[in-house]
Amino acid sequence: MAAPRAGKTNNEADQPSSPVLRFGPDKPLKLDAGTLLSPFQIAYQTYGTLNDARSNAILVCHALTGDQHVASTNPVTGKPGWWEVLIGPGRIIDTNRFFVICSNVIGGCLGSTGPASTNPATGKPYGLDLPVITIRDMVRAQQMLIDHFGIEKLFCVLGGSMGGMQVLEWASSYPERVFSALPIATGARHSSQNIAFHEVGRQAVMADPDWHGGKYFEHGKRPEKGLAVARMAAHITYLSEAALHRKFGRNLQDRDHLTFGFDADFQIESYLRHQGMTFVDRFDANSYLYMTRSMDYFDLAADHGGRLADAFAGTKTRFCLVSFTSDWLFPTEESRSIVHALNAAGASVSFVEIETDRGHDAFLLDEPELFAAIKGFIGSAARARGLSA
Amino acid sequence: MSVNGSQRVDLEVVANLIPPQSRVLDVGSGDGSLLELLQETKQVDGRGLELSQRGVNECVARGLSVIQGDADKDLEFYPDKGFDFVVLSQTLQATRNPKLVLDELLRIGNRAIVSFPNFGHWRVRLSLFVNGRMPVTKDLPYSWYDTPNIHFCTIRDFVNLCEELGATVEKATALDAAGQKIGLSMPWWFWNFFGQQAVFLLKR
Repeated sequence: MAAPRAGKTNNEADQPSSPVLRFGPDKPLKLDAGTLLSPFQIAYQTYGTLNDARSNAILVCHALTGDQHVASTNPVTGKPGWWEVLIGPGRIIDTNRFFVICSNVIGGCLGSTGPASTNPATGKPYGLDLPVITIRDMVRAQQMLIDHFGIEKLFCVLGGSMGGMQVLEWASSYPERVFSALPIATGARHSSQNIAFHEVGRQAVMADPDWHGGKYFEHGKRPEKGLAVARMAAHITYLSEAALHRKFGRNLQDRDHLTFGFDADFQIESYLRHQGMTFVDRFDANSYLYMTRSMDYFDLAADHGGRLADAFAGTKTRFCLVSFTSDWLFPTEESRSIVHALNAAGASVSFVEIETDRGHDAFLLDEPELFAAIKGFIGSAARARGLSA
Repeated sequence: MSVNGSQRVDLEVVANLIPPQSRVLDVGSGDGSLLELLQETKQVDGRGLELSQRGVNECVARGLSVIQGDADKDLEFYPDKGFDFVVLSQTLQATRNPKLVLDELLRIGNRAIVSFPNFGHWRVRLSLFVNGRMPVTKDLPYSWYDTPNIHFCTIRDFVNLCEELGATVEKATALDAAGQKIGLSMPWWFWNFFGQQAVFLLKR
């Protein structure tokens, strides 16, 4: 499917190329904002086969700009699934053995109800008329999807970054439905610095004249420049100073000398511009506002009287947390504070910090130590769950 | 954090003190040998705390529940009596505050099992006496300036510390250089002289 062009609505928003579960007026989604979302829909992908006992299901939660195409070709970009290095037949998360589910989050733009979806009340895209969506809202919707499959208890819920927040929310809100939880490169709350970066991104989108107060589809426009700048700024936070220096240094882009102008003289500039430009082809600007907001609002301890351990009181879920040494968006200390809370709650928890210079994005990359940890954790959880190899 | 060069002859002694299906926290779980032994032979619900990231990653890859952390700093996050047994194996002498660590072990576990190299062993005494230098033996191979073992003690020192903390010694075992148990009826001074390692089962 072709990438959506400026001026057109995103077809994937209403009529995605994934299976869609639609919830009518009888099954509204209760939102933290205090309203009900109805009707609404969830677009999802599944891989592998659900066993008779329905005990081999793994839910993958995607990150900020991710989607449900975790282990199959993305219909918008034509690229491989975003976690195909990890998930697939014979891979660490073996789809010959497990039933893997990944759904587009509520507020997203690839088929689950979000700001680019058509508002049935007006026949136009929701835009900013969609209530602000929280991580808990996303998880509440996923839970309705899991009900649809008749799965009482997920074998594992895993995800990185915003996906990791959903994993924590799952384990906290529905502990009896989560056998094991694998939150990676994440935190139990969004830090002030992270909120600050998100605000820069949102302001870039809203400063673009083509944004039109969020009603750009009605004006036949898209705030591509603003969204590209937002992505450029955010992308820096996903890498590390060391990795940037290793990859780009001060190398010049297709030229031998500085031009004494404002072209992309440096490779890093050219790289970031490319990242920004390709991003706007696949992502809706308003959805970017909603996704970033959901992370900003996330504070699991605050939802439990300020004590994070209470979010996991009495939990039987087996946890494994992973952080990366060079991740400055979700530094190891964020994971460690979750580990301490889980210790205090008497939970079963493993915690691995992986040494890498690849920054926050390391969770999406081929990191042998990450894979070894996931393999060990999933393997021992599967034995405990009585799943045959 | 194995800070002792010897074969871990104490592991089986420790394992024999733990009944099946116990909840066990292994502080300083190293590469996970003890936890694995306990899970396989005693079906325990085992957790580990390990300082070295490499050790932790190895443990998790082996399917053990282990977190990276420091016995001196991270024990405070565990609830009172959260475990049947807390094991501190060959690690006490490497902690900054052994008294506080031991106090925490007794708080977190219904029972604590502590094993440590005995600095009162005759080889250590002889080495210091004859050479006049900090002992470097086969089992304690570090030089004084690069050793992680900053708080060595003798068996008698340890017994005194237990008294100070109000801990009861329910069982004590000394192992000689060959890893053999020294007869139970021997007096403390004998253990303190011939015991190369000691394993204590404590309660408070």
